[in-house]
Amino acid sequence: MLRDALLVARKDLVVEWRSRTTTSQVAPLAVLMLVIFAFAFDANRELLQRGAPGLFWVAVLFGGLLIVQRTFAVEAEDGNRDALRMSGLAPSGIFVGKILSLVAQLLVLEVIVLVGVVVFFASDVERPGLLMVAALAGTLAYGSAGALFGALALGVRLRETLLPLLLIPVLSPILLAGTRAFESAFGLSTVGGWNWIGLLCVMAAVYTAIGLVAFGPLLEDG
Amino acid sequence: MTATATSRTLGAVALAAVAVMVVLGLVVSPEDAVQGQGVRLMYLHVPAIWVAYGSFGLTSVSSALYLWRASRRTDGGRHYDRLAGSAAEIGVLFTAVTLFTGSLWGRVTWGSYWQWDARLTTTILLFMTYLGYLALRRLPADPGVRARRAAIMALVSFINVPIVHFSVDWWRTLHQKASLSVGRKPEITGEMYWTLMYSWFAVSLGAAWLLIHRYRVIRLEELSEEESLDRAIAERRAEASGVSK
Repeated sequence: MLRDALLVARKDLVVEWRSRTTTSQVAPLAVLMLVIFAFAFDANRELLQRGAPGLFWVAVLFGGLLIVQRTFAVEAEDGNRDALRMSGLAPSGIFVGKILSLVAQLLVLEVIVLVGVVVFFASDVERPGLLMVAALAGTLAYGSAGALFGALALGVRLRETLLPLLLIPVLSPILLAGTRAFESAFGLSTVGGWNWIGLLCVMAAVYTAIGLVAFGPLLEDG
Repeated sequence: MTATATSRTLGAVALAAVAVMVVLGLVVSPEDAVQGQGVRLMYLHVPAIWVAYGSFGLTSVSSALYLWRASRRTDGGRHYDRLAGSAAEIGVLFTAVTLFTGSLWGRVTWGSYWQWDARLTTTILLFMTYLGYLALRRLPADPGVRARRAAIMALVSFINVPIVHFSVDWWRTLHQKASLSVGRKPEITGEMYWTLMYSWFAVSLGAAWLLIHRYRVIRLEELSEEESLDRAIAERRAEASGVSK
């Protein structure tokens, strides 16, 4: 299964590396969102600093939606889904592979958005260790939920408009927990950072478990 | 027509029950010492969310049954799929009623339509989740494919509810304690308690009536879809044979 997962992840990342969608389109869009947040808050430095952890995750949430769309759009084109189904790869392996490729792309996005937050909102990262673990846990949760819902919307018409509606209610606890953990990392609050990270890990485990069971049937039909 | 003698009777009884509920809630029951007249909203607000929870529960159970038993049933599990869909519609409707009456009550009692407390936030996310589920059901797709995806989505949504609830609960809590909960003495008593219980009964009757009709409408929609497909195929065949002559 692990071998299958690595194959799928590698394939996705090669596709991504050759098209560079994340770095050339999604990341600039996410940075643009940070600029627009500054318009929304009238460039009020205090407000932006206070809201920076949440704004970081909002930018990642919406940018990440495009990454999830893209990662599953490549499977919808040219009968790729049939190819994937006939490939003999374990469905659970494909699912884990999708999570790995999503996590890798989201992490790249997050590094870029984080630089944007530090530069534009003058945020200080006071606890870098906590920040890194929180980002990783949040990304794992996002990646597993994204892979599950990406598969759910795969091959359905109008999935571009459907996927955000299905995914955002599921992602909102991740946004909430990630934001609170980042508040600790940015020194805006003193307590609870690690508890929120624990919650993010639970979410990642739950969505991964559901996906491992559901991915096979989702891939089969249609 | 989606009515039968039984469902017509149920409809009439439900209507009468709701009429009595209006009288009980607006006239007979007293105003609250703290909340004043605003308390009367509770007789719709609380039963509506109970009915909504029940409906979402029914959606989850039907969806699980669909995934578990569809291949063994002669109708391919369509019964479970229709039941899940119509129950979700009722759930969304009554969640909307709860949010609407709740925000009116909030305006009267808290001075604002909305508060970011745990239960309100969980409820709005629940509402959005099931709106998404209904959107998924409405997409053009093969009925079997759509039913299976909808069933998986329903179960994921169900599992997601405690996650949302817990994280939001952790975030903040300032809502009224639950009006009634299992194993605890109810905080409201007398006429208010009985009015609330009766309202629950009346609202449930109305919801059951709606559920039956939605189920039948969904079945008729499926039949009409199939029939128009059959007719289109027959027309194409007729065209083709006409050309060959």
